[in-house]
Amino acid sequence: MEHSVISASNFNAWFGDNHAVKDVSIKIEKNQVIAVMGPSGCGKTTFLRCINRMHELVPGARTEGMLKLYADDIYTMNPIYVRYKIGMVFQRPNPFPNLSIYDNVVAGYKLNGLKIPKVEMDHIVEKSLTSAALWNEVKDSLHKKGTFLSGGQQQRLCIARAIAMEPEVILFDEPTSALDPISTSSIEALFHELKANYTLIIVTHNMQQAARVSDKTAFFYLGELVEFDNTRQMFTAPKDKRTQNYITGRFS
Amino acid sequence: MDARLKVRNTKSIVFKSIIIFLAFVITIPLIIILLYIIKQGVTQVNWHFLTHVPAPVGETGGGISNALLGSIIIVALSSLIAIPTGILTGIYLSENATTRLAYYAGLCVDILQGVPSIVVGMVVYFWIVKPLGTFSALSGSVALAIMMLPIVIRSTEQTLKLLPDSLKEAALSLGVPYHRVILKVIVPCGFAGILSGIMLSVARIVGETAPLLFTAFGNPYLSAAITKPMQSLPLLIFNYATSPYDEWHNLAWGASFILLMFVLLLNIFTKLITRKWNIQL
Ligand SMILES: Nc1ncnc2c1ncn2[C@@H]1O[C@H](COP(=O)(O)OP(=O)(O)O)[C@@H](O)[C@H]1O
Ligand SMILES: [Mg+2]
Repeated sequence: MEHSVISASNFNAWFGDNHAVKDVSIKIEKNQVIAVMGPSGCGKTTFLRCINRMHELVPGARTEGMLKLYADDIYTMNPIYVRYKIGMVFQRPNPFPNLSIYDNVVAGYKLNGLKIPKVEMDHIVEKSLTSAALWNEVKDSLHKKGTFLSGGQQQRLCIARAIAMEPEVILFDEPTSALDPISTSSIEALFHELKANYTLIIVTHNMQQAARVSDKTAFFYLGELVEFDNTRQMFTAPKDKRTQNYITGRFS
Repeated sequence: MDARLKVRNTKSIVFKSIIIFLAFVITIPLIIILLYIIKQGVTQVNWHFLTHVPAPVGETGGGISNALLGSIIIVALSSLIAIPTGILTGIYLSENATTRLAYYAGLCVDILQGVPSIVVGMVVYFWIVKPLGTFSALSGSVALAIMMLPIVIRSTEQTLKLLPDSLKEAALSLGVPYHRVILKVIVPCGFAGILSGIMLSVARIVGETAPLLFTAFGNPYLSAAITKPMQSLPLLIFNYATSPYDEWHNLAWGASFILLMFVLLLNIFTKLITRKWNIQL
């Protein structure tokens, strides 16, 4: 039997006494784009950060239940290895301000002290920047600081940085909410390209965006996964009342 | 209506004039002091002055090479002690701000900053000079290192606290282990701030006299032995300025000038560094 890329069963997460993710079970298939939606504070970010084990870095945070990458239990793997395999792109573009564009792309290798021949490094940089649709814009300024780029370019640089590690899954936490409409649409176009090689899980507040880019949508409400279905199905005929209320704008 | 506006305008002009006048009054003595030191000192400084030890009373010539070398050694040694410990403590305080240990450590740093330098000198005298049975450059360096510590610690801590968490998260999400995140991302990003703290702390201690009086003690001869008494610029100034001989006064003026230039250059450097290496977030 083929395993799902990510599968959760009865997964829970807490911040101290705050039960932020409740009993979530979900199966995410390879090469799909999954949109994660729901009102603010319903645990979307927390769930995402459980998948690459960033949640446990918050003091007092804990988890329970099963979360797997293919057949492997994410919570018995080495967290460092988990984060190699599951990349993350944040809400605000966060390139390393002390590194050049080139070094930002291979930051995952350099900061980990992994020695790689220069030719191979050059190749990774070009390939990742091309995949992130940024190569043409920066190929002449690879040794400038990454922070000279515009917000949208910085976000694509962060995507290139994640891609460079050749992950299985890339997590996006509201990746366009800090960007202007043009940068947003260039990132959305990128999702279509990326899904050929990666599985994408994207938290978004923007319903049009979810409809445009995702194959399936997960709707979270107060820490629970209320509904998980094909995006089209979800937006035309949601099964749960809460999903329906959300997409018709009855609460945000 | 018009009249009231006029009154207000006049008031504001008067107020401004008073402020400008006061600023002048405060700056003028500072400038006079600087000019006076330069006038007295600059004529003393030449190659001979920098490379010879003070001449005995009655002889002309002589220089401050012993004090210059001593100051360099003592300050280098204090930096060697205070910079690594200070930076590490600063990292600890900024990374673990909410812990009890950080609270008490922070409190100690604040208190240390307020301890008069002569008291630091006395403590070092009883801890190091007495047990070793001799005044030494090493004990002087320890005393100055204690004076440097709070500045290095606080500037490191404050610089690192200003860095956004998103930076650390970016590195952690790439699978970078915590200690490498600190060494390869956090410290390099705060480099300008940490360095300017270090420069300020050096500028602060290079002219300290009190803690050296009964630690490094002073030495009329050229010496590089850190377990022996050593001369330093502020000690030389203190000893020679209070002597009854004109030649010695001149040496003290020359040494003051060198000290002043060093601190001035250090400050200019610090400004340039923070401007050049400041990381755009
Ligand atoms: N660092 C944190 N420490 C404590 N509680 C947190 C933290 N981050 C989020 N929470 C809490 O966890 C819950 C879920 O938050 P989050 O996952 O950020 O929601 P969303 O991303 O859906 O807006 C909220 O109740 C929030 O207050
Ligand atoms: Mg969120």
